[in-house]
Amino acid sequence: MLGFLKRPVVVKADINLNVVVLTAVALLSRLWQLAYPRAVVFDEVYYGQYISFYMKRIFFLDGSGPPFGHMLLALGGYLGGFDGNFLWNRIGAEYSSNVPVWSLRLLPALTGALLVPMAYQILLELGFSHCAATGAALLMLIENALITQSRLMLLESVLIFFNLLAVLSYLKFSNSQKQRPFSLSWWFWLTLTGVACSCAVGVKYVGVCTYLLVLTVASVHAWHLIGDRTLSHVRVLCHLLARAAALLVIPALMYLLFFYVHLILVYRSGPHDQIMSSAFQASLEGGLARITQGQPLEVAYGSQVTLKNVFGKPVPCWLHSHQSTYPMIYENGRGSSHQQQVTCYPFKDVNNWWIVKDPGRHQLVVSNPPRPVRHGDVVQLVHGMTTRFLNTPRVRRPAPGTASTSLRPALLSVAEWRCPHSVDCRPSDPTSCGLFPRGVVIGRVRNSLHWTVWFSRHDVAAPLSPHSQEVSCYVDYNISMPSQNLWRLDIVNRESDTEVWKTILSEVRLVHVNTSAVLKLSGAHLPDWGFRQLEVVGEKLSRGYHESMVWNVEEHRYGKSQEQKERELELHSPAQMDVSRNLSFMARFLELQWRMLTVRSDDSEHKYSSSPLDWVTLDTSIAYWLHPRTSAQIHLLGNAVIWASAGLATLVYALLFLWYLLRRRRGIHDLPEDSWLRWALAGALCAGGWAVNYVPFFMMEKTLFLYHYLPALAFQILLLPAVLEHLGDRLCRSPLLRSLFSGLVVAWYSCACHVFNTLRPLTYGDKSLSPSELKALRWKDSWDILIRKH
Amino acid sequence: MLCATSRLLAARTATALPAQPRGRGPGARCRRRELHFPGHPELPLGDFLAGRLPRSSVSAGRRAILRRGRMPPAVRGGPAGVELRPRRGRCGPQVTRAVGPDVAAEPTARSPKRPARGSRRFEAAGRWALLALVTLLAFATRFHRLDEPPHICWDETHFGKMGSYYINRTFFFDVHPPLGKMLIGLAGYLSGYDGTFLFQKPGDKYEHHNYMGMRGFCAFLGSLLVPFAYLTVLELSKSLPAALLTAALLTFDTGCLTLSQYILLDPILMFFIMAAMLSMVKYNSCADRPFSAPWWFWLSLTGINLAGALGVKFVGLFIILQVGWNTISDLWHLFGDLSLSVVTVGKHLTARILCLIVLPLTLYTATYAVHFMVLNKSGPGDGFFSSAFQARLSGNNLHNASIPEHLAYGSVITVKNVRMAMGYLHSHRHLYPEGIGARQQQVTTYLHKDYNNLWIIKKHNTNADPLDPSFPVEFVRHGDIIRLEHKETSRNLHSHYHEAPLTRKHYQVTGYGINGTGDSNDFWRIEVVNRKFGNRIKVLRSRIRLIHLVTGCVLGSSGKVLPKWGWEQLEVTCTPYLKETLNSIWNVEDHINPKLPNISLDVLQPTFPEILLESHMVMIRGNNGLKPKDNEFTSKPWHWPINYQGLRFSGINDTDFRVYLLGNPVVWWLNLLSIALYLLLGSIIAVAMQRGACLPAEVEGLSQVLLQGGGQLLLGWMLHYFPFFLMGRILYFHHYFPAMLFSSMLTGILWDTLLRLCAWSLASSSLARGIYAVGLLSLLLGTAYSFYLFHPLAYGMVGPLAQDPRSPMAGLRWLESWDF
Repeated sequence: MLGFLKRPVVVKADINLNVVVLTAVALLSRLWQLAYPRAVVFDEVYYGQYISFYMKRIFFLDGSGPPFGHMLLALGGYLGGFDGNFLWNRIGAEYSSNVPVWSLRLLPALTGALLVPMAYQILLELGFSHCAATGAALLMLIENALITQSRLMLLESVLIFFNLLAVLSYLKFSNSQKQRPFSLSWWFWLTLTGVACSCAVGVKYVGVCTYLLVLTVASVHAWHLIGDRTLSHVRVLCHLLARAAALLVIPALMYLLFFYVHLILVYRSGPHDQIMSSAFQASLEGGLARITQGQPLEVAYGSQVTLKNVFGKPVPCWLHSHQSTYPMIYENGRGSSHQQQVTCYPFKDVNNWWIVKDPGRHQLVVSNPPRPVRHGDVVQLVHGMTTRFLNTPRVRRPAPGTASTSLRPALLSVAEWRCPHSVDCRPSDPTSCGLFPRGVVIGRVRNSLHWTVWFSRHDVAAPLSPHSQEVSCYVDYNISMPSQNLWRLDIVNRESDTEVWKTILSEVRLVHVNTSAVLKLSGAHLPDWGFRQLEVVGEKLSRGYHESMVWNVEEHRYGKSQEQKERELELHSPAQMDVSRNLSFMARFLELQWRMLTVRSDDSEHKYSSSPLDWVTLDTSIAYWLHPRTSAQIHLLGNAVIWASAGLATLVYALLFLWYLLRRRRGIHDLPEDSWLRWALAGALCAGGWAVNYVPFFMMEKTLFLYHYLPALAFQILLLPAVLEHLGDRLCRSPLLRSLFSGLVVAWYSCACHVFNTLRPLTYGDKSLSPSELKALRWKDSWDILIRKH
Repeated sequence: MLCATSRLLAARTATALPAQPRGRGPGARCRRRELHFPGHPELPLGDFLAGRLPRSSVSAGRRAILRRGRMPPAVRGGPAGVELRPRRGRCGPQVTRAVGPDVAAEPTARSPKRPARGSRRFEAAGRWALLALVTLLAFATRFHRLDEPPHICWDETHFGKMGSYYINRTFFFDVHPPLGKMLIGLAGYLSGYDGTFLFQKPGDKYEHHNYMGMRGFCAFLGSLLVPFAYLTVLELSKSLPAALLTAALLTFDTGCLTLSQYILLDPILMFFIMAAMLSMVKYNSCADRPFSAPWWFWLSLTGINLAGALGVKFVGLFIILQVGWNTISDLWHLFGDLSLSVVTVGKHLTARILCLIVLPLTLYTATYAVHFMVLNKSGPGDGFFSSAFQARLSGNNLHNASIPEHLAYGSVITVKNVRMAMGYLHSHRHLYPEGIGARQQQVTTYLHKDYNNLWIIKKHNTNADPLDPSFPVEFVRHGDIIRLEHKETSRNLHSHYHEAPLTRKHYQVTGYGINGTGDSNDFWRIEVVNRKFGNRIKVLRSRIRLIHLVTGCVLGSSGKVLPKWGWEQLEVTCTPYLKETLNSIWNVEDHINPKLPNISLDVLQPTFPEILLESHMVMIRGNNGLKPKDNEFTSKPWHWPINYQGLRFSGINDTDFRVYLLGNPVVWWLNLLSIALYLLLGSIIAVAMQRGACLPAEVEGLSQVLLQGGGQLLLGWMLHYFPFFLMGRILYFHHYFPAMLFSSMLTGILWDTLLRLCAWSLASSSLARGIYAVGLLSLLLGTAYSFYLFHPLAYGMVGPLAQDPRSPMAGLRWLESWDF
């Protein structure tokens, strides 16, 4: 019973003082004077606004990365009691007293400090000596760029932390694989690998590279496991399933979790609403939800609706019409139908209301009970304020013998269309431009070298997109141009063919019955006569699905007044109602994810932007902050000695690896098998980590900065002591050589320390240097160190 | 055939081995043994379909290693995969060494079973007959109704036109390398086409012009794809039914058929790709006799075809990657073969460098040399190239140029960006649209020669006409403050603190002022790069920079294409960052000043490497410039394998003669299914092997073919398909066709193997044979029947569109996205 008392309870603690001391120094170096400078430093201006959004619970959308990183930063703000009230608009602006600078910067600094002991552990797990491990930690410690980046409210150090954590836990896992598979620590490290990978991806999309690297190494190991015939089939299957669960399923779930938390946290409508669909906006508190609450769900004959274009580019807008007509003749000599304009208008307006009418009946009110409109039904759309029908005109071809005077003069030139000025009208090619016989329209569609011809014999071309039909509201001029105002409803996201047209949820296409043209937003801005609203056209050559052809009902109510006057009053009155419609999490996640991946930032050049080639040689720098009065400044600059030697080490590693590999192929084994495997694994993780975090940037089109290189650099620094130790072991056979080599290494390290110390004022920004001292620090012409002129 | 004889040894040793691991039906095994005469199947033709086919002697040899490796129990515990690693084609000598003692017994074992000579000859004849049949069928389908429709279809308007340019020797510009168009031009020339047809737009009738030569040439190359695929599959799988199936898939594919019938680059490109693949495979199977005549022949033929593929379109790069990968793994195996000395490996390496790098590069360069030699007259492509380049072309105003040498006030000039393919500084009577900077006149760069490229150089402070004869000539000097007035619109080149339309960090450049009167924002300082202040500025040779006086920014072109409002010309900005890039350096090209004496300039003679480099830069830029526009529907790579949407080659309306490029859906969907099945089957087999499962010899042979041969084809498919996902340029359906060739070959191998496996798993041999034959026949007939259904797509349809129930094609519109 009391057997467990027979042995005393003993706690043994192995404390590696190396690690403790290194961690302490790292914490000191990262946390020292963390709240200085009390001003917005460089990209803090960017991340800060998202922190404010979190604090105020306002929805936002950032295309640069998933929300986990932003959430972590916001956690600092939450713990520090930040209320979100700060205007992040200018680098260098002083923080007001309500901004808890220290706690906001704490998390990046902590993760940055933890890189040091983690580097130590990784080298140890890779099978290198304590000496090499200490070296790696020391190098991490004095890398100026890492220090600068982790002392500010930025995400790089968090990303590097998770990258290294993923590698470290995978190594721990694969080392325990040999001894005790399926033990508790085995499971722990395996799971942690998956979690760390997903966190890295969650902080920035670049984390995917490290994730893929870990996955590759894991699958190579798994492949060896499959080939291990000492294990039974069942056991191999268990191994594979455990890995799949931890490395594939857990990251996917975690990723969803980030978005779940994100969407729970930011539930209020805000400035980024407009990018999202109506359904999404309606799920946010305030904003659109206030208007659409309690709308009837099913659109019926007689419903009054506003139609929003789903594509929403260049700006989100609603189908609109107003009293003005298309000009009789455009600038380029073409003619129009001279009917009422139909446009897309980016603002809410009473002219955005349309009434859905049954072609067979005259009523513009909803019957009781309402008759819902279904997929495939033919409807007419009546503009609420002017009671005119949405229409796309077709000119009837004059019968032989009828004088063309029966058409208005403008219509004669409908299809005559002059080649746009100087686009491709070369004097040598006179036939390809100029006036054409009636009906032939030539335009360039495919690309600058290709011409395509349309025969547009009967249709009135749209004002700016001549290959599409004009859309208008029909005005009966009593000429040979009959109204053609029947539209067939095509619900794109229908589940069955009898689906009812639903407010907000249904995405519909309106297909013109006579011509099968599809109502489409062309994206072009009309000239002055169209009040610079967006052009709406009937697309005849509709090839497949495009969001610009899809519309959804945003505001909706059942029409009650048959009389025009009453109806106008009704239209002017605000929409009633109250009950919110909830969108499922997956639908919101998918939409948000899609928008994040497709939203484009068009800033492509920045004063401090650089190309990936500049990074390896440290040919660039970024001025982060300058003291308003003195010339104290924070500058992102790497420790030149470390950068140079890390680059060199990578090169040496690659050459040595190739050399060994070729020799092994010829049957010469320079290294014993286990040390070869260790050497290869170190290369796969460290040199591979550097490559996967660096090479993809050559293919990216976004603006790149020096700090994008830091994750790659962290891996490169890990490789450096590994290569040094290997060289030491291989080259130095005699004790004399050995001590010589150690001496060289120590000299080299003190050199790096010296550089660190010299650049320290620019890293911490705490000391104002004189112009001559600053000039002396400008080792490369391309470093933009700021020098005040007094 | 030469290389086949030595492989015989391998095959024989394989069969001579005493131990058989779980021989499935000893009868069948024996029969196989009898039949092993590589390269000469002994079976009567009818039996081919019955599945009793001679397997590859190479794979038989491989099997020999495997089996041997497995026999002694000691080897069993060794790491898996070591024995299974293919010794690519090196089996012959390897096995001979490996089985040393057995070799002696070999000839005796062979002699009694050698069949009669006459029978062998009969077999060879049968085989040739089959190849001839396949080829004939391919030619028949491709040449049937080749002259229809007698008008320009789709891109014939470009490539036919470019063929004419070669005949007329006028210079033009295209984004593709010249070989394909040169061949088209040659074919036209030889067939009597005189280059006078204008090829203006699709639908134009050819009338009396002779177009059949060019179409016939393309159809000829397109027809050859089928026998090439047939031979490739035969070489990879050693199975006639697989090869037949592949040939049937390609012959009866309406897409390949349509694409081969017109004056296009694709048949030429696919011809070279397939020829390269075939010669690579052939040379792989000659690997056991290195440095023999056929080895050299196939190796250098591979190199020649690579040059051809790259010379037609840059997509040819993918087949180069495939051959490169093949070569590297080949060398890697040679290098690991310790029986070869390092010197021998070095010889191998040199041979490959010579045939696969040096030879193709030389040929590729040679096509350019011919291209530049043939096109020596000025033509529509001039403006894309630098001033120096244009001086080569007769008829160009820079050819034997005679222009005033030094820039003077009052000169009318064109200013060209020094960066290749950026174009001339240009302006026109259109304003920047609302919301994009100030609403002033647009300034762009434009690649074509145009009157709107002309600018007048004026003093900044006076508006007097410098051409007034009473004023003396005053030269422009480095460091002068000048004003550039646009000749056509009389507006000044202007910049101000507004953001540029696309590059937001730069300043906008506009045309401003009325009749030359503007403000101080029109003043620019003209500087010559690397020259002293006060020097005169030379036409053509001086590299100048224009610095805006007020803001201090530099005039440059960002190279970005403006949207529709800017007519898709390139953006011009003023950059505040004074980085030294070619984008902000210009030179003066045309120069008109009646007051100055003309001087002949013969200085501009670029060397051939310079021309070569420049034309590549221009092509790459042109390719990148082919971007899809906003709101435009473009074909997406994922559309292609599922045959989602075709391309209209000719005709839209129900009265037109319509040709629609669409793959035969039966073939394409079978291909798609096959890739999925292949991945499944391949991974099952790979895992089974890695687990060390003992596969029966029969299955093991099949799985070797599947993994080796199929693997190469799968790689080819991936290389020709996946890179398109990364491409930013506009894409079309026909880009998928090279990949489709590979996937059809894979289908052939997969179904052959799959049916054999099915037949094998049903033990009874007669039943198995039946199943195999029925399966294969139904595939062949199904393909042929689907071709019967869909052939109007390729040979042309008239009458109501398929949406119309009256149309004969009405029931065949299986996807809504097909609009034929």
